[in-house]
Amino acid sequence: MTVLPPKHRTAYVNARLLDPASGLDAPGGLLAEDGKITDLGADLFKDGVPEGAQRVDCGGACLAPGLVDMRVQIREPGEEHKETMVTAGRAAAAGGVTSMVGLPNTDPVIDDVAGVEFIARRAREAKGVKVYTYAAVTRNLEGSELTEMGMLAESGAVAFTDGLKPVENAQVMRRALAYAKTFGHLIVQHPEEPSLAGGAMNGGELATRLGLPGIPKLAEVMMIERDLRLVEMTGGRYHVAHVSTAESVEAIRRAKDRGLDVTCDTAPHYFALNELAVGEYRTFAKVSPPLRSEDDRLAILEGVADGTIDAIASDHSPHDQESKRLPFGLAEPGIVGLETLLPLSLQIYHWDKCGLLDLLAHLTVKPAQILGLDAGRLAKGAPADLMIFKPDLSWKIEPDNFESKSKNSPFEGLPVQGRVIRTVVDGRALFEAA
Amino acid sequence: MTSTHGTTASYEGYRHRHLLGIEGLTASEILFLLDLSDGYVALNRGADKKKHLLDGRTVINLFFESSTRTRTSFELAAKRLGADVINMSVAWSSIKKGETLIDTAMTLNAMHPDVLVVRHPDSGAVQLLAEKMNCAVINGGDGSHEHPTQALLDALTIRRRLGGIEGLQVAICGDIAHSRVARSNIHLLTTLGARVRLIAPPTLMPGQIDRMGVETFSDMRKGLKDCDIVMMLRLQTERMQGSYVPSTREYFHFFGLDGEKLQAAKPDALIMHPGPMNRGVEIDSELADDIHRSVIREQVEMGVAVRMACLETLNHNLHAERSRQEQAAQ
Repeated sequence: MTVLPPKHRTAYVNARLLDPASGLDAPGGLLAEDGKITDLGADLFKDGVPEGAQRVDCGGACLAPGLVDMRVQIREPGEEHKETMVTAGRAAAAGGVTSMVGLPNTDPVIDDVAGVEFIARRAREAKGVKVYTYAAVTRNLEGSELTEMGMLAESGAVAFTDGLKPVENAQVMRRALAYAKTFGHLIVQHPEEPSLAGGAMNGGELATRLGLPGIPKLAEVMMIERDLRLVEMTGGRYHVAHVSTAESVEAIRRAKDRGLDVTCDTAPHYFALNELAVGEYRTFAKVSPPLRSEDDRLAILEGVADGTIDAIASDHSPHDQESKRLPFGLAEPGIVGLETLLPLSLQIYHWDKCGLLDLLAHLTVKPAQILGLDAGRLAKGAPADLMIFKPDLSWKIEPDNFESKSKNSPFEGLPVQGRVIRTVVDGRALFEAA
Repeated sequence: MTSTHGTTASYEGYRHRHLLGIEGLTASEILFLLDLSDGYVALNRGADKKKHLLDGRTVINLFFESSTRTRTSFELAAKRLGADVINMSVAWSSIKKGETLIDTAMTLNAMHPDVLVVRHPDSGAVQLLAEKMNCAVINGGDGSHEHPTQALLDALTIRRRLGGIEGLQVAICGDIAHSRVARSNIHLLTTLGARVRLIAPPTLMPGQIDRMGVETFSDMRKGLKDCDIVMMLRLQTERMQGSYVPSTREYFHFFGLDGEKLQAAKPDALIMHPGPMNRGVEIDSELADDIHRSVIREQVEMGVAVRMACLETLNHNLHAERSRQEQAAQ
């Protein structure tokens, strides 16, 4: 049998290799052939790069697995005026994200096989970063009838969630966990007790001053604790999305100690900002769950550092001006996040709360493991989904320069450190810094 | 400075473009507006009520929430100062779907008003509008946030009756959670040195409001003890039946002001209410009409004077700013 020579080879030289999965942090090089990583190591190119290979000199910058963003609203189908598969893909590439997972709260809702296949087709056509999708837990996100989880998973849905809505009914949640367990699937919950969560911002002094209805912190941990009971009862796999309060972190910490199959993520704004960012009705700081108090912010930071919080996701929620230029109570919640995920998360490393590898694990291998994706590792045979970045490079966040169609970021003008130089998906460079 | 109409007034005491809330104003700014208002009380009581300080100016009353007394009060204030007044009532529910608040602002802005008075059911909406307008904006009440002219007229009423605000013990009772009147009054009264108590059932008391420098009570008799002023708030009809309080009957029994509960306050304590009143819900009808204790009608009278002072000041500031800009441009 003759082995054909690879058609496409790239040699990344002069890099600082960072692989959170194996703990590798060393100078070296990496060889990608036909979209796969075929070799990596310190001495890889000591006799020069292989013949016919394109040589990419990293100039000492970090070479890490591309980011895996497990919570993104792509807005296609249905709200293409806010974002499309193409613009979200470009934003992801600019942010170092090589795999993103879309929420099913599109129009129509992704609750049937056709919806999952539509996303796959649009993603293929867009030729951007890898796009995965969640499917809904309940039909049309109405919280009553379960979707065809088995068939949805077979057609490619990576897990199940009702997106921005919690599965409110305890019986429905119980059945969802129990049924999904049959296939080993994960249920991702937006943790809020809806009857307590009707407000516009975190409940407390600022909400009272601004005359806005508050959402008590309790609304979050209450739903998590209810669900943990159901997880215990059913043995299902459960993931809590965008954890925002100290008590939630504590509840999840205890559940993990008890050995429950539970994971969670948070978004950068929950450790980068507190409720004061709302200031005088700044709708760009309106998110769901709301920004909390300083104590909560610190607890989230601690939860990421000690690993109680498994993953950091951008919670990318693009909105046009018309959805945000409204009285605070009426404005849509959400922050556009793909292009700020890395620098905002790197703050934790720059604040000396955790090491660089440990931080990157939250953005790569851990979310990949939670969702069972072949991503987030630098290893022979793994897809060549790579991010080259300089962790210390200073820059200022300018939403006007975002690739995303929407610019709703409260981080405008924020000086940050850490910038993506090149993003590679299946060996193809999709983004190169100017 | 002497205006062409012979009135002497210096506007150095309040130098803001807008009046969006009491929070953030200094005691001297508040006192400046109250002093200016005082002068208008006499004018309004006389036969000839007309001044010409706003001749040729346009005031638009833009109300996204129905209101008779506040709109009328602003309208009268503007007309007595000689301004042309337009009243616009907009059903907010219909505007939500079509024209946005910003569009409305841009449309009105193109008509070159001098002062825009806005009432809106959403907290923060007036500020949002003000950011897009070239004219002066007065907050005529936004959601549960602020209602600055109400607090000013309440303060003027108190000051004319009792000579000052500092050191008074004031109780504000009722639906604090949803009340913009309560918030503006808390800011104003604490800024001028009064001690403020809030009395409400826990369901109508917003979280951490004690951080605004007030004491909270859920027992009327304890809260009213030794108060100089008893300020009652209106309970909205939609909150009466079961959602926040079990019934109007129960509410009146525990939180309505009647002669018996009032005995806890000082013997000459004044009763106030921003109106419109729900007689028999938050206040006993006889007390509301007691001319020795109730200053509710005086509050309405002071409202016109306060709004004249605000309109005069903001109009002056706007045109002073514009002439400075014109001079700078030349």
